[in-house]
Amino acid sequence: MSALLQVSKVSKSFGGVTANRALSLSVDAGAIAGLIGPNGSGKTTLFNCIVGHHPVDSGSVVFAGREIKHRTVPQIARLGLLRTFQQTRVYGAMDCVQNMQISAPQRGPENARQKLFRKVPAVVTEKAESLLEFVGLFEKRRLRAGELSFGQQKLLEFAMALMNEPKMLLLDEPTAGINPTLINGIMDRLLRANAELGITLLVIEHNMRVIMNLAQHIYCLAHGSLLAAGTPQEVQEDPRVLSAYLGAQ
Amino acid sequence: MKAARAAGYVALTVAAVAAPFVLPQYQSQLALLWVMVVLALSWDIVGGQMGYNSFGNIVFFGIGVYTTAVVQRDLFFGVEEYAHVAGGVASQLAPLQYLGGLALGLVLGAVLAVIAAAVLGAGILRLRGHYFAICTLGLGIAMGEIAGGTDYIGAGSGLVTPLFPELLGERNRFFYFYFMLLAFTCFGVLAAVYRCRFGLALNAIRDNEDKAEAMGLRTTRYKTIAWCLSAVFLALAGGAYGNFIGFVDPVDTAFAGPTLGVWMILMAIMGGRGTLWGPVIGAMIFHVSREFLWTYLLGWDRMILGLLTVLIVIFLPLGILGWLRERTAGRAAAAAVKPSSSTSQPSLSKSQP
Repeated sequence: MSALLQVSKVSKSFGGVTANRALSLSVDAGAIAGLIGPNGSGKTTLFNCIVGHHPVDSGSVVFAGREIKHRTVPQIARLGLLRTFQQTRVYGAMDCVQNMQISAPQRGPENARQKLFRKVPAVVTEKAESLLEFVGLFEKRRLRAGELSFGQQKLLEFAMALMNEPKMLLLDEPTAGINPTLINGIMDRLLRANAELGITLLVIEHNMRVIMNLAQHIYCLAHGSLLAAGTPQEVQEDPRVLSAYLGAQ
Repeated sequence: MKAARAAGYVALTVAAVAAPFVLPQYQSQLALLWVMVVLALSWDIVGGQMGYNSFGNIVFFGIGVYTTAVVQRDLFFGVEEYAHVAGGVASQLAPLQYLGGLALGLVLGAVLAVIAAAVLGAGILRLRGHYFAICTLGLGIAMGEIAGGTDYIGAGSGLVTPLFPELLGERNRFFYFYFMLLAFTCFGVLAAVYRCRFGLALNAIRDNEDKAEAMGLRTTRYKTIAWCLSAVFLALAGGAYGNFIGFVDPVDTAFAGPTLGVWMILMAIMGGRGTLWGPVIGAMIFHVSREFLWTYLLGWDRMILGLLTVLIVIFLPLGILGWLRERTAGRAAAAAVKPSSSTSQPSLSKSQP
């Protein structure tokens, strides 16, 4: 399998603070990769660098064979590389179906501007409703997104990402602040999105039970550098990872 | 329901057409009412639906006022001739000349306003929140000062628009129907546009622009289109407004930031920003109460109007229509949730502990 996302020697510093130091990682098409590390180790910064939110200081980010480090966030999103946020971001005053409708992709041969001044096609609405069904929000489809609970907003955000038909999805702590019952549901849906829709996933996660069961390959960051990489088993047994989390003896 | 709505629209149209014949003494006030409706509706595209508080939309209105007045002046008179008769007296035009000049001026004004919106938007629409508001505030004031210092367009002494030819009938009635048609067109176009994907995109930008960008929406393009759309209607209103008033003053008629520029915002907020009917209702209430207040309580009118605005913002922050909608939506949602909660999937659609 070829690498869909190839991050090579990416560095990013804010003033004197180096958030990412020559980080390299690669994610194969169709794979699920995990990104772990203690708080402040540079995981979210790396996400921001990949999706074009922060301009990187040096290094390269190649997605689907294209260098993307100089592209803007919407451009990268249109290439099929999407991210979700740690704190949920949904369109609060619009209802769930509208949130989904506007998330429909603008890729393809047709001119985007032509579609701009036409009503949302019925197929899009149907797909929106079936995806809401998939994440279990169909009953709430006419509620405003801002009225949903935090966990439901995470599900909605995930459904919106799927609606966009991405090639790859970067998920920033999909299970943070979610109750344990719902966590199993989210894990199940992530695995199904990967298996059935073929979406490559890169997941930041603090919940070790989740990430060890989800990912085939895990990268561990500490202080902005890559500390360890390997299968969940290898990373779990790595003494450097344990000391980064629990403090060295 | 549909039939009732259609009947409502027909009744409103009949009332609007009959109004100047039934109440001829209020004709010019009613014409101004339609101007206010257009101002509020066009402000709400960017200010309400898109959530960008613009204090500078008056710029496009002013561009329309000046472009039309200058085209009318220069199409049939030279500048010297106009200056020689000190404006007015000799600028008598034949009906076709007048209409031709007015139409050409309006079209040219709309085109210039769109160009201005696109050029200004490319820079200013990158700003967000308070920064955008302050920048647009400066824009309106600057344009007034520039217009007041430019001799070609009359500088501080303004421009007199050509006299309305008597053969065309009653002047105020002519402009009443022009503004009425413009308000109807504006409403119709916006109603259609908000139902499209474009309306959803504007709302998405309003609710969370970072998210919209992260989802790959072409936010800069949508914002610019929205501002251009707003500019078209403002310029079309402005061009005829100058003729309706009969005199173009740089800061009182054209770039009237402290009056029209602020009113359009107040009207939209009063009625309910981000709704289609809100700005219309807001404009009606605002204009009628303003006229009554300064007719019967001169001196106190601005104070009472200010108090009314404060009260509405405090007690009905979503505006009159927003408040009504919230009440009905709350009731509908409560009714919808009750039966569904028992049938929902236990694991996923339940809310948090």
